Amino acid sequence: MIKSLSIRQKKYEEVSKTRQITLGIVFILIGVLIHLVFTSKVDATMTTTFGLNPGGQEKILPDWQMNSYYTLLGFSVTCAILGLAQIFFGLRQWSNRILGILIGLFVFGFLVWGAAGKSLNLEGLFMTTIQRAVPITLGAFAGILCEKSGVVNIAIEGMMLAAALVATIIGSISHNLYVGLLAGMLTGMMMAWLLAILSIKYKTNQIIAGTVINIFSIGLTSYISARFVQVYQNLNNPGIFPIWRIPVLKDIPIIGPIFFQNSIFVYAMLILMVVIHVALNHTRWGLRVRAVGEHPKAADTLGINVFRTRYMAVMLGGLVAGIAGSFFTLGSVGRFDKLMTSGKGFIGLAAMLFGNYTPTGSFGAGMLFGFADSLGTRLSILSVPIPSDFLLMAPYIATMILLAGVVGKSTPPAADGVPYEKE
Amino acid sequence: MTKKKPEKNIAVNIFFEEMSKRINSRNEKRSTWQSLLIPFLAIITGLIFGAIFNVITNVDVYTAFKTSFIDGLALAWKTVAVSYSALFKGAVGDPRFIIEALRSGDKVIITRAFYPITESLVATTPYIFAGLAVALGFKAGVFNIGAEGQIFIGAATSVFVGYYFTGLPAYIHIPFALLAGAVGGGLWGFIPGWLKAKTGGHEVINTIMMNYIAFLLSDWLLRGPLRRPDTYQSVSPAIQKSAELPRFFPDPIRFHAGFFIAVGFIILVYIFMFKTTWGFNLRMVGVNPNAAKYAGINVGQNIILAMTLSGALAGMAGAIEVLGVNHALFGAISSGYGFDSIALALLGNNNPIGVGFAALLFGTLTNGATKMQMDARIPVEIISIIQAIILMFIAAPAIIRTIYRLKEPKEQDQLLAASNLGGN
Repeated sequence: MIKSLSIRQKKYEEVSKTRQITLGIVFILIGVLIHLVFTSKVDATMTTTFGLNPGGQEKILPDWQMNSYYTLLGFSVTCAILGLAQIFFGLRQWSNRILGILIGLFVFGFLVWGAAGKSLNLEGLFMTTIQRAVPITLGAFAGILCEKSGVVNIAIEGMMLAAALVATIIGSISHNLYVGLLAGMLTGMMMAWLLAILSIKYKTNQIIAGTVINIFSIGLTSYISARFVQVYQNLNNPGIFPIWRIPVLKDIPIIGPIFFQNSIFVYAMLILMVVIHVALNHTRWGLRVRAVGEHPKAADTLGINVFRTRYMAVMLGGLVAGIAGSFFTLGSVGRFDKLMTSGKGFIGLAAMLFGNYTPTGSFGAGMLFGFADSLGTRLSILSVPIPSDFLLMAPYIATMILLAGVVGKSTPPAADGVPYEKE
Repeated sequence: MTKKKPEKNIAVNIFFEEMSKRINSRNEKRSTWQSLLIPFLAIITGLIFGAIFNVITNVDVYTAFKTSFIDGLALAWKTVAVSYSALFKGAVGDPRFIIEALRSGDKVIITRAFYPITESLVATTPYIFAGLAVALGFKAGVFNIGAEGQIFIGAATSVFVGYYFTGLPAYIHIPFALLAGAVGGGLWGFIPGWLKAKTGGHEVINTIMMNYIAFLLSDWLLRGPLRRPDTYQSVSPAIQKSAELPRFFPDPIRFHAGFFIAVGFIILVYIFMFKTTWGFNLRMVGVNPNAAKYAGINVGQNIILAMTLSGALAGMAGAIEVLGVNHALFGAISSGYGFDSIALALLGNNNPIGVGFAALLFGTLTNGATKMQMDARIPVEIISIIQAIILMFIAAPAIIRTIYRLKEPKEQDQLLAASNLGGN
């Protein structure tokens, strides 16, 4: 705790004059960019219409209309004012948050521009966002549990893939989705156990151990898929979890349809966010996990079993990755396809870094990446001259910028990736 | 100046102490025999596990076991025998057929008999480059997990040079296209290397991110600027004839000059790493960055150099594959090379020559697996499983030692100091 406090103090001191001015210029540049890219291509007569009701349901809220030109102009002016304020007065600890808000404005400006003279269902966009965010966020949670205890986990992808396959097969055989989900969770845990053995017991380089699991999992799932699942189609038909509409809450305008009309996986994600946050930060177990990740030797001296704590954390992480994997088949498509996780485990890793190893932060990052993903699928509707590939690159580029320490800093646990040798 | 000299001597002494500690302890515990034994056992065990896996996923074996235990055992044995002999025939060729073909002297039959082995060499070629790429990074203490993306970019730049420039003679066009591949891949390696040296951003995460950026970028290129004009598929225009790597045999045999270039690069990388000052500096940074710093080596610069060269080698893998085999860029040209290359580097103990043999093994396995899929109906993916198991045993030799009751070496020898790689 003392360490984290001192780091926080340092952070405030580090808001130097150059950084203040640089950020101010960045704010102004965002404004200029909004003006050059978006505003200048929109007529003053155009209106943007955002639908606020989920598609296929009765309209409760009226559509949200705005003048495209003046809205965008307002955005640029806001950016410019905040930029000047930052340069001359300094917004201190608010500056990073304002940067976030301005980037949000930029994205919103993009939508206003893209949908100028057209109509875009904003509610539908956000509903897809949360769907896309589920595997990313859950993958990030899996990563947090492992890394907080000091084990680097780049095998989230492999764990998810294996879980997706097993969840499908067991779900199809048992005709019970819950049994399938449980099987998926156990599979994730098994894979994590392998990672734990390699990296904790045999002290293998953890990145290599993760690579082993990824190769193994890709091979294993593709093999079993080709040999059984694609041949016996009744093994590949588990169905998907129904949508639960939570009474009362679902009727809240805007938020209700996004958060409270979903499958079990979205609720699991929200509950796990709270549970992992509380467990890591407010329980004895969490304190032990963090201690083992920060300074295993000290933890060992105090009588904490470093190995057992790490095994436990890694396997719980695998369990969460198992839920994420099951989402692909039981929550989304209802069928297993070769390599269907398509890199979501690695985006999960990025979301974890982006959220600075905290569940709430990772959830935010997951939503952000999910938003990029869901927007990417809608670009064709908006007829925006930007290829969706570039939008999909955004999460990766953003993560690299973050890692470079330009904007904030992601601080891993001190003993992350270092095997513990008991003396 | 005169005052500084003794200081420098101290630094040099510290440096040599550090180095000799590492090197001597390594030489003692690692006789040639020992260093070959573990990979050998790992490969054998991997194949055994593959066989077991093959049997337990075979439905017919279970039915046979139901009739009688002997039947089941016989069928299990037969399954393994059929599949592994198919693997061998697909990878090396049928020995009987080869002898017959040589006796008959018929050109067509000889070609057919030697087809499998030449295909194996074709499959080996990109593996050599990818393995060298990762091994060179490892030697400098950086973990290039982004070979996959570098291969993609290398292939894209090389294909562009291959089709865009017309009228060049082959002896200029081919090196030019190869160089373009190296530059493309090198750039993709330089960025994470630079980020690591300048900002400390971890190269593992950054190369993974760069992989996905590369996928999306080539996806866009193939749907947009690089798309073949007359199709709607994601495929680039075919490269000019002058950029194609020469092939030595009539058509079904795709064996091309790329293999010899790859072998040349094994020697080149070996010389670079072990016989030049640059290579010495790189290895120094890999073994002990602090000692290297004391000796006045610029650690950051060497990390950038290592990542760039590593990326360039991976880019060459993509270029060679495009110029030698496909002659155009398809969507999924380098599926799986990225992870496999890590296995190759470790299997070859990060030594270029070792990597060459490891690549030969993986190339033959991959090529043989296609035949195995046709003859024995076993999905090619079993090779990935076998590769993963081999990699696991190489990375955790203690498991192999436990299985075969080998003696522990005095000091735990780790392939890479974990402290160099963990965390940010």
